[in-house]
Amino acid sequence: MRQTRSKNIGITIYILLLLTPVYWLLNMSFKTSREILGGLTLWPQNFTFDNYVVIFTDPSWYNGYLNSMAYVSINVVITLLVALPAAYAFSRYKFLGDKHLFFWLLSNRMAPPAVFLLPFFQLYSSIGLFDTHIAVALAHCLFNVPLAVWILEGFMKGVPREYDEMAYIDGYSFPRFFIKVFLPMIRSGIGVTAFFAFMFSWVELLLARTLTSVDAQPIGAIMTRTIGASGIDWGVLAAAGVLTIIPGLLVIWFVRNHVAKGFALGRV
Amino acid sequence: MNKIPDNRAWWLVLPVFLLVAFSALIPLMTVVNYSVQDIFGPGQAYYVGTEWFKEVLADERLRDSLVRQFVFSGFVLLIQIPLGIGVALMMPKSGIKGSLCLILIAIPLLIPWNVVGTIWQIFARGDIGLFGWGINQLGIDYNYTGDTLDAWLTVLLMDVWHWTPLVALLCYSGLRAIPEAFYQAAEIDRASKWAVFRYIQLPRLKSVLIIAVLLRFMDSFMIYIEPFVLTGGGPGSSTTFLSQTLTTMAIGQFDLGRAAAFSLIYFLIVLLISWLFFTAITHADKEK
Amino acid sequence: MIAWMNWTPTVIVFFAVIAAILTVMTVYEIVSPCTERKGFLPIETTRGDRLFIGLLSAAYIHLTFLAVSDVTLWVALAVSVAWLLVLLRWG
Repeated sequence: MRQTRSKNIGITIYILLLLTPVYWLLNMSFKTSREILGGLTLWPQNFTFDNYVVIFTDPSWYNGYLNSMAYVSINVVITLLVALPAAYAFSRYKFLGDKHLFFWLLSNRMAPPAVFLLPFFQLYSSIGLFDTHIAVALAHCLFNVPLAVWILEGFMKGVPREYDEMAYIDGYSFPRFFIKVFLPMIRSGIGVTAFFAFMFSWVELLLARTLTSVDAQPIGAIMTRTIGASGIDWGVLAAAGVLTIIPGLLVIWFVRNHVAKGFALGRV
Repeated sequence: MNKIPDNRAWWLVLPVFLLVAFSALIPLMTVVNYSVQDIFGPGQAYYVGTEWFKEVLADERLRDSLVRQFVFSGFVLLIQIPLGIGVALMMPKSGIKGSLCLILIAIPLLIPWNVVGTIWQIFARGDIGLFGWGINQLGIDYNYTGDTLDAWLTVLLMDVWHWTPLVALLCYSGLRAIPEAFYQAAEIDRASKWAVFRYIQLPRLKSVLIIAVLLRFMDSFMIYIEPFVLTGGGPGSSTTFLSQTLTTMAIGQFDLGRAAAFSLIYFLIVLLISWLFFTAITHADKEK
Repeated sequence: MIAWMNWTPTVIVFFAVIAAILTVMTVYEIVSPCTERKGFLPIETTRGDRLFIGLLSAAYIHLTFLAVSDVTLWVALAVSVAWLLVLLRWG
């Protein structure tokens, strides 16, 4: 019993330490800039929503969120559509060069985006996709698709092949079996994969910033632009930061029951 | 599971293959082209052979940032892996408390990387940040924008804060997969806590730990945005890591040939290390 | 459309050779599929694995030559090819 209690105390302390920087951001977002620069206060003395009002009324701010959401959603959809059949192939069949193809895919997850920065810029400019949501979504596929194939393959391996064979005996065609029988069985795997694709696309900035200028600029790029200007408005910056955390929280809330399994990439 | 040999499976893989080939092979070929030429502008390029590679390999600045990178990634692994295992061991096994812990611990992972930089930029400041202010109150002279060691420690602390949750959650899911019977058997044998950890939990964590080490190594090896926002690479170039050196070279100075040669060497290092890890993973899978 | 890729003859030859090696190996694999075996390398490898190890080490051999000496890279190429063949046969 004493052991459980000391464990609880330990984990509570860890979580408190973990959340302190986030609290500090939240705290600042409700302060006036005078108070922020005036000195250290542990909670807002003059509680204000002004910083959030700035963001929600200025199109150059809130468009950043809409842009980020747009390319992240496109990316998640593309990733799942191409990764599902591929993961099925890897989990069920042996084919020419399968191992090497798998490694090649993974090596793209590991390649630093900085390496591909310039060619990407020129590639997407030359096919007229520069500064569009689809360009960023495609670029993020570079690291999301391999990861998705990896996770999904782990989950699919857990489904015995007898199910496939039974469905074929019952006269199911492959597409019908795949959509009607197989996908519902790995529902949690798909949820977790979508979560990971969302997460890595949402937090990435280097490629997103390079491939956009105005029309598709992500919120992160708008924030760094503000940092560059003379005299940073810390309050607005903090508010913008707080707002970037919320979509992630919503997504993890939906998949919370599957996340524990999914974090092991279906491989335990 | 025994897999059926069937080359028609290629049709299922084809979309992924084409998509990744489009976004990986074309840029890679371009980088190789750039690396052997001196490019002044569109249509104005001179073939220079392996000049750039020679220069890059002899470049002190790049060597420094490579060393810095390895030291940083080494510390990241040394701190985050044990800490992550520890946190995972402390997390409640199930129930509403378990889910709550999971979500709270996952929060740092969901924050865009530039915001992570911003958070620490504010949090570690001596005048308006709780952390910087607190350290100064303890009588320690701390200033991450001016002092090299402070900057280093702050970047490291930020990375530990940001990514230990990933290791913890990976290990947590590994621990949950251990059947209760194992623990009961250990209790009957009156095994010590250490023995339970060493002979039951740790072996079962092996495969998730390999994934954790792999992901943490790769991601810390390409770290860019967070230190860029936090310290801008300074003071001097003490926190300038590989990706930042490369990005400055390619976009800041538009030094295409040199940046391309550097990219390829960077890529080869990553390729070698990830191949070693991948071989280790597939071996671990096979033994099971 | 592809002008921005700045193709040069050397690089074309380089990628053509890589593509040719991959094609030959693929055809060879279809004609006579190989199984994993243990050679002087510490792990069991297939033919494709050995090719990959050979190509990757060839890249490192070239870089080493560039870094520590001024001799022409043809020497490095010869060493790499020899190493690749040894690896494919006995690795």
